[in-house]
Amino acid sequence: MIEIDNVHKHFGTLHVLKGVSLNVKKGEVLSMIGGSGSGKSTMLMCINGLEGIQKGSISVDGIDVHAKATDLNKLRRRIGIVFQQWNAFPHLTVLENVMLAPRKVLGKSKQEAEAIAVQQLGHVGLGEKLRAFPSRLSGGQQQRMAIARALAMSPDYMLFDEVTSALDPQLVGEVLDTLRMLSKEGMTMIVVTHEMRFAREVSDRVAFFCQGQIHELGTPEQIFDSPQKPETADFLRSVL
Amino acid sequence: MAYTFQWRPVLHSLPEMLWGALVTLEIAALAMAIGTVFAILLALAKRSGGKTLSALADIWIETARNTPALFQIYLIYFGLGSFGLRVDSYSALLLGITFNNAGYLAETFRGGFSAVPETQTRAARSLGLGQIRTMWHIVLPQMLRAVFHAMTNQMVWSILMTSLGVVVGLTSDLTGVTQQLNVVTYRTFEYFFVAACLYYLISKIFTISARLLASRLFRY
Repeated sequence: MIEIDNVHKHFGTLHVLKGVSLNVKKGEVLSMIGGSGSGKSTMLMCINGLEGIQKGSISVDGIDVHAKATDLNKLRRRIGIVFQQWNAFPHLTVLENVMLAPRKVLGKSKQEAEAIAVQQLGHVGLGEKLRAFPSRLSGGQQQRMAIARALAMSPDYMLFDEVTSALDPQLVGEVLDTLRMLSKEGMTMIVVTHEMRFAREVSDRVAFFCQGQIHELGTPEQIFDSPQKPETADFLRSVL
Repeated sequence: MAYTFQWRPVLHSLPEMLWGALVTLEIAALAMAIGTVFAILLALAKRSGGKTLSALADIWIETARNTPALFQIYLIYFGLGSFGLRVDSYSALLLGITFNNAGYLAETFRGGFSAVPETQTRAARSLGLGQIRTMWHIVLPQMLRAVFHAMTNQMVWSILMTSLGVVVGLTSDLTGVTQQLNVVTYRTFEYFFVAACLYYLISKIFTISARLLASRLFRY
């Protein structure tokens, strides 16, 4: 379980998160929607400690992410993250990209790591591209590779930060299909997205972010069909 | 009186000169290897070190890049001597070129580090890789590509700089051997011409090998 309690985050004088509280249960798919600059991506970065917080607390399975004593490298093995810019490692082949962390972080042997990587890449439909360098892949393929790379660590949680925002429209579908597949498999996921139809379809709950706060939280039906707050309704009208 | 070329003595001493060339290559390679290590440390000190470290790195880099290499070698040879630290001419040359290389390469690496996007580090850290592993597996290999060409140039420069060893009395490197033969035979033009050809050959062989290596290393 991910427990977020009254989190505040500042970038210099900018107050980006203003008391966010939220719990995400095992097996749940939670979507975060909202305008740019509303704090949803920042919230995601705080969950695996890529960004620090100034107040409040975040714990993952009871481990305080921002406590000094917490071994972040160890915690991050259990929390996969995929970024908007897929961040493939350009000097490694697709297979090596996925093998790296299982080998160097989990200490798997070369054969074990390769087996895991081959399996995960097959899972996201890249079984034919194992020896290719990322530069030979389309954006959608690179993004799926990034998903396989995170999955290779067998994480308990997956965080997705606008993973389709930088893709050409015709490539969005293949990446969303991969996310759909994961949600069906019962992966616990927090998905920051601008794809409203997708959020509605896969989410158990949807959180609407506005000005650094969760303005409204509920099932997809509640949020999309009968939003309670005027800001939510305004936002949805502007994007749908 | 016209000067008549006599090549025979040079041909006779060619083996000696080739040994000298080997010493030249040895000094250049050592100075490059040690210089690279210090350059990375200097670049990191400027990037992430505190004020003092950064200022010390600056002094090194500025001195190395803005004073003649000849003086750097001179000052090490005679300067350290006056502090009671006697260094032989081989070590003085090696230290001087290392100092110079480190200064130039530090700036190269500083640029190289910024050529690797911050997001690469972020992605690596998010997979649970620690700072050192991220540096080793993700940042350094990508940086190497960005700085490879500049490093090749520095190595050639370093090979040619070894000829300065003659000013601190080095006799074992190519220039030293050539100068020794010159003072005995007075066939100045012939000896230095052949020595120059050897410098050219060493530099060319190195540049071509580096290019081949690059095409193997950077297939992406």
